[in-house]
Order: sequence, then structure tokens, then C-alpha cells
Amino acid sequence: MHNFEFVKPSTLADAVAALGDGEAQPLSGGQTLIPSMKARLNAPGLLVSLTGIAELKGVCREGDMLVIGAATTHATVAADAAADFPGLAALAGQIGDHAVRNRGTVGGSLANNNPSACYPAAALGTGATIVTNAREIAADDYFQGMFTTALEEGEIITSIRFPIPQKAAYAKFLQPAPRFALTVVVVAQYASGVRVAVTGASEGGVFRWAEAEAALSAKFDADAIAGLSHSSDGMISDLHGTPEYRAHLVRVMTQRAVRAAL
Amino acid sequence: MPKDDGIGASTKRREDVRFLTGNGRYTDDINLRGQSYVHFLRSDVAHGRINGIDTATAAAMPGVLKIFTAADFAAAGGIPCGWQVTDRFGKPMQEPKHPILADGKVRHVGDPIAAVVAETYEQARDAAEAIELDIEELEPVIDMVAALAPDAPKVHDDLASNLCYDWGFVEENREAVNAAFESAAHVVSLELTNNRLVANPMEPRVAVGDYDPWGDNHTLYTTSQTPHVIRLLMGAFVLNIPEHKLRVVAPDVGGGFGSKIYHYAEEAFCTYAAKVLKRPVKWTSSRSEAFISDAHGRDHKTKIELALDGDHNFLAIRTDTYANMGAYLSTFAPSIPTWLHGTLMAGNYKTPLIYVNVKAVFTNTVPVDAYRGAGRPEATFQLERLVDKAARELGVDPVELRRKNFIKADQFPYQTPVAVVYDTGNYDATLDKMLELADYANFDARVAESKARGKLRGFGIAHYIEACGIAPSNLVGQLGARAGLYESASVRVNATGSISVYTGSHSHGQGHETTFAQVVADMIGVDATSIEIHHGDTSNTPMGMGTYGSRSLAVGGSAIVKATNKIIDKAKKIAAHLLEAAPEDIELKDGKFSVAGTDKSVDWTGVTLAAYVPHNYPLEDLEPGLEETAFYDPSNFTYPSGAYGCEIELDPETGKIDILRFIAADDFGNIVNPMIVEGQVHGGLAQGIGQALMENCVYDDQGQLLSGSFMDYAMPRADDVRGFTVDHSCITPCTHNPLGVKGCGEAGAIGSPPAVVNAAIDALHRAGHSHISHIDMPLTPSRVWAAMNS
Repeated sequence: MHNFEFVKPSTLADAVAALGDGEAQPLSGGQTLIPSMKARLNAPGLLVSLTGIAELKGVCREGDMLVIGAATTHATVAADAAADFPGLAALAGQIGDHAVRNRGTVGGSLANNNPSACYPAAALGTGATIVTNAREIAADDYFQGMFTTALEEGEIITSIRFPIPQKAAYAKFLQPAPRFALTVVVVAQYASGVRVAVTGASEGGVFRWAEAEAALSAKFDADAIAGLSHSSDGMISDLHGTPEYRAHLVRVMTQRAVRAAL
Repeated sequence: MPKDDGIGASTKRREDVRFLTGNGRYTDDINLRGQSYVHFLRSDVAHGRINGIDTATAAAMPGVLKIFTAADFAAAGGIPCGWQVTDRFGKPMQEPKHPILADGKVRHVGDPIAAVVAETYEQARDAAEAIELDIEELEPVIDMVAALAPDAPKVHDDLASNLCYDWGFVEENREAVNAAFESAAHVVSLELTNNRLVANPMEPRVAVGDYDPWGDNHTLYTTSQTPHVIRLLMGAFVLNIPEHKLRVVAPDVGGGFGSKIYHYAEEAFCTYAAKVLKRPVKWTSSRSEAFISDAHGRDHKTKIELALDGDHNFLAIRTDTYANMGAYLSTFAPSIPTWLHGTLMAGNYKTPLIYVNVKAVFTNTVPVDAYRGAGRPEATFQLERLVDKAARELGVDPVELRRKNFIKADQFPYQTPVAVVYDTGNYDATLDKMLELADYANFDARVAESKARGKLRGFGIAHYIEACGIAPSNLVGQLGARAGLYESASVRVNATGSISVYTGSHSHGQGHETTFAQVVADMIGVDATSIEIHHGDTSNTPMGMGTYGSRSLAVGGSAIVKATNKIIDKAKKIAAHLLEAAPEDIELKDGKFSVAGTDKSVDWTGVTLAAYVPHNYPLEDLEPGLEETAFYDPSNFTYPSGAYGCEIELDPETGKIDILRFIAADDFGNIVNPMIVEGQVHGGLAQGIGQALMENCVYDDQGQLLSGSFMDYAMPRADDVRGFTVDHSCITPCTHNPLGVKGCGEAGAIGSPPAVVNAAIDALHRAGHSHISHIDMPLTPSRVWAAMNS
């Protein structure tokens, strides 16, 4: 790890100002950034910690929305979202291990947009709104390919507004080495229809499976998509699964998520 | 003898108190005054010519003491290989030089090119990034078969080819084996890969070199399973330091699994640099560095064939194997696919004719050497997969086909056609025990229960034979070993009766401090807490060969028994003098010497005190003191064996395999500490199941390691390896060592991979996927699903 400066502002304004430094990078839970710095793959001159800002923390219900501060840890989401949005709490409670859940944050995960992370599927699968210090971004516009988002340089996610579904669940198939998602599917049913979001499978990062959404909106039942198959075009190929296997898992995990939701 | 800590007691491991409280003293805990740090700049290409190394900028960076390259080691020898294999045609293997730092060429990703020594580790890393390398990339050879093509690029320009050796065993049987296949009623064949593995002990490798210029004394602290071997190899062959000026210390070591047997370049570097710089030099491997610098394991490609007669008796076995050596020969690498593999090919069966061919190949990959089991897992896997396939093709019960061909309990000692003589065993007994513990009789009902839940259940059987405590030295010398294979022990009885034992074995997780104390306590009849076991320091232990190959108790324990018997003999003479009786009339029981048939006695401390305060002592006949050393060279290997049963459930939607139960019925001979034995089997099973289902070391065709971190190299976790039932009640004691013990460290890793794969194939066949005759390890969900949908 190279030397770096470190600040931990207590207000959003101070954080935004600190990030004006060209060598600065925001640090939330650090579950990706710190290992990459240790491996000398990343060497920011200044780390701006976001975890000292009170307004970025906490889980709170606002009508049909569950609003989660960006610097809220997975462990806190798992505990505090359980009553209002059990599907989301369950997803947060199975990210990584205890150490990861006690450090990693929802905002950090969404800003990084790792193709195997769980939260992007939750945000896209619920049609969440990503709130930043500058604007509000619909999940459908936010994710722009693996490790790529709509965030501008220096823009900070402050909270995520999750519409609370009628029914929702997720199903995760683990890549056995780090126990990241080989494929994870979030299914959420709303009065307006069903949304299905998938991470871990595609080279393009998190995506919605429109065909399944249509079938499940017509009939919210695992059998409704039994005959569907997702194309393997653009699916990830690596040591842990072929594109064909991942495409197959998309359907299997979607069915499992639907069964879990019912 | 004290019942709670003698032979047979499940005494809790005394060393665990310091390990579990974070108070172990590992090599990385050693920090010496004035210590400097080295960072190795390693090749990021698999094969290349070094046209230039410009260190000028780097050398001027803050904290840098010196940057070393191959030029600094012109006078040093290469890292030696400890075993010379002779090929089918009577010629010695091709043996390339293995320089401490890459000289002229880099030959694998991770090959060290330059070493930066600085005041701090971070300064060394910073400077390493400023070294300017001019490396001309060359086409690498990664695939073993392609490496043997006549026009393949050569890993070593000065060798004739990439073939290390072409070994035949037993060469004289070759034609007879071929003839047996031509006339056989049935021939079953199987092609398979034994996947390459990375050992990944919890503690990465560390070396600290220290030099005392006033006495010209060198000390190396290192994470080694074999400190005396390191001293011999490094002192005599690499750095030209005589033993009396070189001390090697391997303190607490956090796991080895074979990967810490070998002499590594980093050890020689730290020892040498400490003298050049007159300062201690420390290297601590990062986990990423371990993946590209620790010797890997396995990596065989094999075709095996079995000939049977009309009654399903095994007639002959024939194998063709390619074994990966990597870019250089690691210390024991050539012996693994040959003498530790070919000699095991008879398994538990009375197959009269066997021919094993092994082509060892150089590739642009990390060197490959022994990993838990070392050759024996490779032999067992191919044989037990093949026997299972034979049963399926012939339509017979895999249990009955094994039984029919087993060497029977009354046939020992048994001369196999592959040189070794099994002294004891009872293979039917372990198979019976395993099937009983597995409730095999009711397996079909469990299959139906799984089926009702949409899952496929399978049961896999594997029987294994192991050869532990490789020996005797004069025989292995003829086979090419460049070292002896005895073990040593010194037993020093102190004046007040406590006992210090110095063993040439090395404990890096095996629990020697507990087990060896139990042996001595049992023999003398004193409390084990009065006995301390010392190991790992060449300055106070007699020259020993260290710990690998499940040899510590069978060989090292036998040396301790020998030394302790010398102690007892002398103590009896002292007691005889004190009791005014003849030595042959003295009996030792529960720590008390008595004259047979009388009530005259003297206790242990009365004798030990007399030995060191010899006021009333037969000085004219007997030296004072009570300290003895013994060396034990076994007359044969030991042959543990066992039956393993694996019950799995397979999810046909995802291809994922869950181990439901794993039953291990082992014959380890006599047992000193059943709890430690059980723990050893659990660890072995975890590693074997890891190999079968998860672990895989994969290079791409350019020699980049794709599974170079725990993000892609899948280590089993606790919930991946559950449902173990371990039994070691079937005992046929070893006939040629004093404890009747055989060794238990590797069995789990040897017997489990074929049991897991056989279970998966069983589940698939029961569900109608009869086209699947084999799936290569690891049986990842993706691979299993692909096989089901092919």
C-alpha cells in the first residue's frame, strides 16, 4: 500500500469539498478499495471517509418507501429493514461474511457496481432511486455496465429509496471461492407489475429480464417461466461457469426467487 | 502407566494452548535488531529472455540497501534437487539448473528476477516498482503434451527437450502386460486428469537470515517441515557453508501439507544477503506471492487400463501418465510421479501384472512437488475410479468386484508386482466396517427419499493403500534418493527426573509435542507433563529428515522408542546398583524400579538423581548421566489402508453436489492418540473433498495463473465438509516398527477424491445419465451440469 492522507468529515458539504482534490477518493466500507490499495492496484492520495456523516446512515420508512442511508452497513440493513422489507434484509444478511457485513455499505456497493454484487440486483429489481448530493437517479438509468454507473466524478450517493414491494425475494447461487454471487436474482412484485433483476451472470453487469417480468406479471408463479430460457449471449465465461451455465442459472434462480417470495 | 496420558489416550493437544490463544511463535514473529526487508521482483510473464535489468533509479530510492540480481550469485550453486530418477533406457533424468534469481531467462510467472533489500518492506516494494526490466517475451509451453512436441519452445535452452524423464515400471513387465491385455476377456479404460492444486497452508512462507560476523555464523529462521534437510542442501550445495557454521530453525509452523518440505530460493537469498549486508534480512510471503512461488501439487494426465478375465479377476493394469514438473525441479519432485506413485498402483488388489509409464515434463509453470499424499492420491484416484467404471461396465456390484480382487487377510506379507511388500492389512474388514457405519444396506430407501425432493443421491466407494515412512535408506538410495530416510531422537533425562526429548521430526500441526510425550510417558511410566518435546532447531536436535509422508510416528516415534529403551536399559543398571541386585532382575513399572520377587524398589527420580549426582554409583562400569541418542532406519514402508464411503446429494437443476455423509474406516495399525488421529483424518478429508469438488489451479495458454487468489481458488470451508464418521477400530499392527504404527496424516486426502467422484457418477447413473462415465475434478456445479446436458 502506498502512503495516503485520510480525512473523516462529519458533514456532506465537507466531504464534497474534500473530494474536490484531484487525488481524492471516497471511502465507505472499504471492502473493495482497501484490498485494491493493498495490492497496489489503486493509490489515491487522499481518502475521504463517508462513515462519519450522520445523515448518510440509517434505515427509515417513508410511506411506501424504505430509505437507507448510503453509509449504512449490510449488517444494519439486515437488522433494521427486516420488519418493512424482509426480502431486502435477507439479501443484506447474506452478503459476504460477518466482517464484510459489519464494514461494507449499501452505497459503497452501488457506487462500485461489481458485476457479482447483490445490491445492484436489489436496486434494479425494486426500481429504486439512487439519491446523490446533486440529484436523484432512477436505478434503470444508474447502472451502465460492470463497474460503471451514472455517478459523476466527486458525486456522492447519500441514500437509496427502495419502493416496498407486495412480495419480493432473491435467490443466490454462490461462486464457491469468495462466495460472491455466481448468479443472483431479485424478484419483486408491485401493483404495477413484476420486476426481475440479475447480477453475476452478464458481462454487462446487472440487468432486467424482460421476458420473465412479462410472464410473472401475468401470473406470479414459478411455473409461469418454466418454459423460458435466457440467451447465453454476453454471459460471463470464467473458471466457475460457462455462459450457457449462467444463462441456465438465470432461469433456475428466478424460479427459486419466485417460490421464496410466495 | 498414567492412564490419562499414555499410549491410547485422547490427551488434549498441549501445543494448542499457545496456538489458540495467539501465542504461537511463528517465523514472522521473529524480528531481529537491525532487521531489513526483502521484496522479490517476480516475472509477470511465463517465458522470456532477460535482456536487461536497470536498477539505477531503484537503488537510489529511500531506504534501499542493495538490489541483488543473478550476477550477485555467480559463485552460488543452484537450488538442488534431492532425487535423481533413471529413465526407461537407463539414463538419468534431465536436470536443469535452478538459480536463486532468474539468470538469462524467466521461466514462470513468479520467477524471481531481482531482490530489493530496504529498511522497510514498503520501501523495498516501492523500489522494486522502479526497476526497469527489458524482457523479450518468448512463447510459453503450458500444456504437457504440447510441451513434448518436437518443435515446442524449450523451457531450458540447454536441455535436449522438455522431457525430464520417460520412466517405465516395472520395465521388465512391459511386454507381459501388453500380452495380458491382448488375451483378456474384458478391458476397461479411463482417461482422467488429477487437477493441479495449491497447498495454501494458513501461514505463508517466511525466511529470516541472520549473520554473526565475529563468529562467521549463519542462522536461518524458516517456515520449514525439514530444517536439517534445508541446512544440508543449502549449506552444501548452494552457499557452501559448513554445517557447524549454519543453524536452521523452523519454529512454530502453521501448516505445510508438503509445500514447506523443499528448499526454496528465498531461504538461500536471506541467508546470503544477511552476510553481504551484515544485517538480518526478512522475507514474508504475501498470499498472492504464495500462489506463484510455493510448489504446487498433483497435475497428472493419465490413461489407465484394466484387463480382466471372464470371472472378473484383475489380470493386468497399464497406465500412461504425463506429470508436470513445472519450470524447475523442486526438491523431491521427480520422486512423486515415480517411486511414490508407481509402487502404489497395485492398490488393495492382487493384480499380477502392472506397467506404469510416466513422462515428466517441464512447462512454464510454478514447480510441482509433493502435496499431502504425494503420488499416492494420484495412484489411488485412477485405480479406484477405474475399478468403479469396470463394475459399471461389467454390470457387477462395485463392492463385490473389489472384494473378489482384494488381497486377503491371510495373504500377508504380500509381494506386489510393483516392488513393494505389504506387511499387514485386512481390506475386507475395513470395507465391512465402512459399509456398516454407512448403513449401506438401506441406501436405496434414502435414494427414494431424495428423489421425492427432486434430488439425486449417490454413494461412492473407494479403498486405498498408502505407503508411509519411505524407507529403508539403502534401498531408496538405489532408487535415486540423494538423502537418507531415517529419523533421529535424543532423550535427555534431567537430574530430577523430568525428560527433554529432541526429535528430528518437525511438527507443523501434527501434535508431536503431545503424542511423542505420550509414548515416552507410557514406556517409563511417568506423567507426560514431565516430558517436553523439542524440535525444529538444528543446533539442538540430532540430524533428522523432518516431517512428510506420514512418517513422524512410524519413523520419528520409533527413534524415540529406541532412545528411550537405551535410557531404560541404563537406568536399570543404575537401579540394580542402588538395589544391590542384578540388572536382569530389575523391572520397571509405573515409574518404579523393583527387584523381581522382592519388595525392594527405587523410584524413577531416585535413579535419575543418582545418574547426575553419582555418589553411590558404579563409576567403573557406567558413565554418569542419562542421555541417549538413537537413529532409526525402517526396514520397509508402513501400509495404512482403508475403506471410504461418500454419500452425496446432487441438485439436477444446478449440478451442485452436497456431501451428506463421509465415512472413513481406516487401518492405521496401533493408535497413540485417537483424538489426534481423528483430527488428522478430518483435515485430510477436507483437502481431498476440496480437490474433488472445488480446488483447481488453472493457467491460461500464456501461462498466467487464472486462479491466483482466493477470489478464484476455492478452498473448502467448514460447511462444505460435514458429516464425517471416522473409525480406526480395524487394526493390523505394522510388523516392523516397535510401536506397530502406520501413519495417518495423508490417508484422508488419498482416499476421498475417488469416493466423492464415484458417488457423483453413481447418483447420475441412478438418475439415468448413463452416458456419463467420468467427470474431471473438480466437480464444480458448472461441470456437472454440462455433463448432464451434453
